[in-house]
Amino acid sequence: MASAPIALAEPSIWRQFPNRVVTFCLVELQKLSHDRTEAFTRAVQPVLWIVIFGETFNRLHAIPTSGVPYLDFLAPGIIAQSSMFVAIFYGIQIIWERDAGMLTKLLVTPTPRAALIIGKGFAAGIRSMIQVVVVLVVSAILGVALTLNPLRVLGACVFVLMGAAFFACLSMTIAGVVLKRDRLMGIGQMITMPLFFASNALYPIAVMPAWLKAVSLVNPLTYEVDALRGLLIGTPSHLPLDFAVLIVAVVAGIATASSLIGRLAR
Amino acid sequence: MPDPSPALLCAGVSYRYGDHLALDEVDLRVERGEIFGLLGPNGAGKTTTIRIANTLLPLQEGRIDVLGFDVSRAKMAVRRRIGYVPQQLSIEAALTGRQNVSWFARLFDVPRGRRAEQVADALELMGLTESADRLASTYSGGMVRRLELAQALVNRPELLVLDEPTVGLDPVARDGVWQRVAELRDTTGMSVLLTTHYMEEADLLCDRIALLHLGRVETVGSPGELKRALGHDATLEDVFRHHTGNELDDQGEARPTIRSIRSTRRTAGRVG
Repeated sequence: MASAPIALAEPSIWRQFPNRVVTFCLVELQKLSHDRTEAFTRAVQPVLWIVIFGETFNRLHAIPTSGVPYLDFLAPGIIAQSSMFVAIFYGIQIIWERDAGMLTKLLVTPTPRAALIIGKGFAAGIRSMIQVVVVLVVSAILGVALTLNPLRVLGACVFVLMGAAFFACLSMTIAGVVLKRDRLMGIGQMITMPLFFASNALYPIAVMPAWLKAVSLVNPLTYEVDALRGLLIGTPSHLPLDFAVLIVAVVAGIATASSLIGRLAR
Repeated sequence: MPDPSPALLCAGVSYRYGDHLALDEVDLRVERGEIFGLLGPNGAGKTTTIRIANTLLPLQEGRIDVLGFDVSRAKMAVRRRIGYVPQQLSIEAALTGRQNVSWFARLFDVPRGRRAEQVADALELMGLTESADRLASTYSGGMVRRLELAQALVNRPELLVLDEPTVGLDPVARDGVWQRVAELRDTTGMSVLLTTHYMEEADLLCDRIALLHLGRVETVGSPGELKRALGHDATLEDVFRHHTGNELDDQGEARPTIRSIRSTRRTAGRVG
């Protein structure tokens, strides 16, 4: 080791942010590479939704999907739902990191708090990619008419990343408010299913009662599902609106979570 | 010409948690290249001082300069120049030792061309080269602490801040950590600011010590000076008792709070 301390260069903030996002995503990939069982365990739930729920409702023809087979309609919804389930518990991870001293160490590095939140948000997105791959493979096996256009698949991955980043930020925001793992577990369980049911993941918005329709229209999951359906299945969608809503949601989530993360370090 | 600014300068620092006054006009000066120990019972203000100095807590009153940088105005410059090891054992168990250190090299913006070398150097300095590619979950408690030191050293900091670095470790592992810290100071000239409850270790390792009690600095000096001021055969433990009103328990440690017991148990539990 060099005998004298080295004065480190100070990169611009425009280099720092992407650098931190890449760093946190890389660490997430490294962790996943050491624990491959997680890829299988996390795959169970979306597979059950597709294979059991999807196949059954496909036969029932109970949900009007404008001529699209129900399994095709459901697959993008399950991708969005399962990535949300991964991301919504990222707040627990950050509280665990606080308890273990890791968060204080991260906050003492020259990393702006917003960059830390963005990094963790997109790391949640990277972890969610497992769900995307699993659901796509299972859907293809079950005969879902998925797009073969790689650009559309790439676009779908971008929407999953944005959705996961938003829900991870929401979770880290709640963590910054409640400060305790047990409370966050309860709140996480309390909000995930309502977010799922109050979206177009399982059924179209058109069949919802008016009050649920209103809730679903302010639920970012609805816009993520709409975009995924448009990109993967080719149903009519509102990609510019979906993108705009998710960008606004992600930016708001980052701003809120960044302003609260300091509470966890005190 | 050497930089005249001290490693740490605290002037009239006060800090409140609500109505509780945690620091009461604390004045401290840590010179470059010295190992400086903050001693005191739980609640004395050691960790609060460290947390303000490393920018985790905002400065409420007074002034703190770290390596010549004002902590309230130049947070990033301070963070870039310090290494920090918190009380808890805080490594990512699902990564290898090398990946843990490399992660922090990236967070400190160590240039890509120098990253692998600095990571390897930090691991070597802590005696972890052989085990660098093993998962950190397989490390012993002492190795975990040394890995944390390697993480803190990868940016080659000018000031190393250690908050109870040997809590929860067995005596052999504790000796290993202190030996590395002493070697580090000797080879790099780095300044070290640490808190500890172990009087014997503070006596052996620290060039100077500040004894804090109820948020105030009771006394500052070298271990020898502090002991001599009390009597020719006084120990550092006697100095501690004298200034804090016998707040040591039978194990030579300051009386713990429920929070500190939980933290120590958690750390001890994680190191096995």
